[in-house]
Amino acid sequence: MRIDHDYGVPTVAVHTSVFKWVVRSVAGANGMPHMRQVFVPQPVIGKTPAELRAYVEGKDPVTDRLVMQEIVEGLTQPFGEGELAGAEFERATPRLVDSGSEDDLQILFREKRWTDQLPIVLPTEERVAAMLKGTRRKPDEVVGHMRPTDFREYWEYTVEKVAVNAVMAGAKPQYLPVILAMAASGVSARGSSTSSMATMAVVNGPIRNEIGMNSGLGALAPYNHANATIGRAYNLLSQNLQGGSEPGHTYMGSQGNAYAYGSVTFAENEERSPWEAFHVEHGFKPSESAVSLFTGCRATAFSLGLREKHWREHVGNMLRGLDPRTPPVFLLDPLAARMFIDRGGFKSKRELIAWIDDHARMPAEIFWDYQLTQNYVYPRATFGEEPWATRLKAAADEPIQMFLTKDIHVVIVGGETNPYWRIMGCTYHKTASIDEWR
Amino acid sequence: MAGRETLTVLNPMGYPPKVERQALAPRLDTLDGKTVYLVDCRFDDSELLLREIQNWFRDRMPGVKTVLTRISSVYTKDSPETWEEIKAEGDAAIIGVGH
Repeated sequence: MRIDHDYGVPTVAVHTSVFKWVVRSVAGANGMPHMRQVFVPQPVIGKTPAELRAYVEGKDPVTDRLVMQEIVEGLTQPFGEGELAGAEFERATPRLVDSGSEDDLQILFREKRWTDQLPIVLPTEERVAAMLKGTRRKPDEVVGHMRPTDFREYWEYTVEKVAVNAVMAGAKPQYLPVILAMAASGVSARGSSTSSMATMAVVNGPIRNEIGMNSGLGALAPYNHANATIGRAYNLLSQNLQGGSEPGHTYMGSQGNAYAYGSVTFAENEERSPWEAFHVEHGFKPSESAVSLFTGCRATAFSLGLREKHWREHVGNMLRGLDPRTPPVFLLDPLAARMFIDRGGFKSKRELIAWIDDHARMPAEIFWDYQLTQNYVYPRATFGEEPWATRLKAAADEPIQMFLTKDIHVVIVGGETNPYWRIMGCTYHKTASIDEWR
Repeated sequence: MAGRETLTVLNPMGYPPKVERQALAPRLDTLDGKTVYLVDCRFDDSELLLREIQNWFRDRMPGVKTVLTRISSVYTKDSPETWEEIKAEGDAAIIGVGH
């Protein structure tokens, strides 16, 4: 609501009622607890003009007062004493929790929503001190900042705070540099999008083998301690260090996402990959260790091998089956990667990515009609952002590219029991150094 | 008995920033003769709801001039040019549908 505060324009914000706690807490955290907000029923999407007119003529489901009366009064009724100036105050987080028994503290942590609703390892001072031996960094050193959405305030955290969450996840001290790198990225594994995001974390470099991560048979499944606890730590630290992930308040994912228990956390199978390692593609040396972070993980498509006659059509169908806004990341078993080489002659990931980009197409009229493209791509096209502006000019039946080359990625993972492969719809954010946190 | 020993544990939450005061704009005496911008934040079908609010003003408060506009990009991005226009040309704003 910068327009009200920064530009001095009296403003009323209209929301749907399901967001009442979110928008009120965001306004409060931004020092504007008395911001004028009015609610209409959920949903707005898909309703007819007559139905929406009924919303407008009807009552605010939160206050039970007429919507338009609230809007008009919100713009004309003076603020009460002290309301206009907003609110200002300090907030703090104590270092310790009140002492208690194991059983009581497990309940306390769960009730305060500091867990993923599964039992945790309680972060005693002794356990946290042992975890901190996994890094040369000082406990009070600031690691980074994180928030669940673009509209919320950033929270800050130290090395000790990350170690506390790593203990809770059951991680070993030697995993801590990976977990610190994830925390330092600022990419939250507990994003609050209504689309129910989760994250994917890909570890590259020597640390994979040093700490025993799995990149082969069953790498994406719960069969490896490092993969499992590093991923769980990433999710616990995200929800706790960003200030929470509570449904209705700081989490609004409508359906939720099962990948959010521990992210899709694994090591790339560099030893069996026919191509360059992912972190090397992104500026690191093979001798360096790094973790790459992706968000989304909603749409997934999978297949077995590549048939000689129609493999191109099969891959194209899979790409069109993803949501049109989130780019594809190909997760290829080494056997599948070799089939892509055999069928398409791709000498590098770059060549395969260029081919994917060219074959991920659908008729323009259908592409632009998706609600997701209407929300997130169409506005950018209408204001001239390329290549979307050019694609917006395409004829209705012209097959246009759905994604951008730079957003498409390939990662090698799997144990070569069969050339299965999948496409994960997710957005690459960054590759963070692990060595900096050793 | 397991679970009875008293333990001291660390708090896993991060550090919140100080809440900084942000003053709101004084309200108008009346909307009659004023220009109210209806700002589509481009989330789902927000524009359709704003059109009905615009129709309501046309029918019930014809003395209010309304202008339906859209932010300049997706709802996750700030739109300073939109706010500048409203400050220069308008008197008040209704933004929707946000969350």
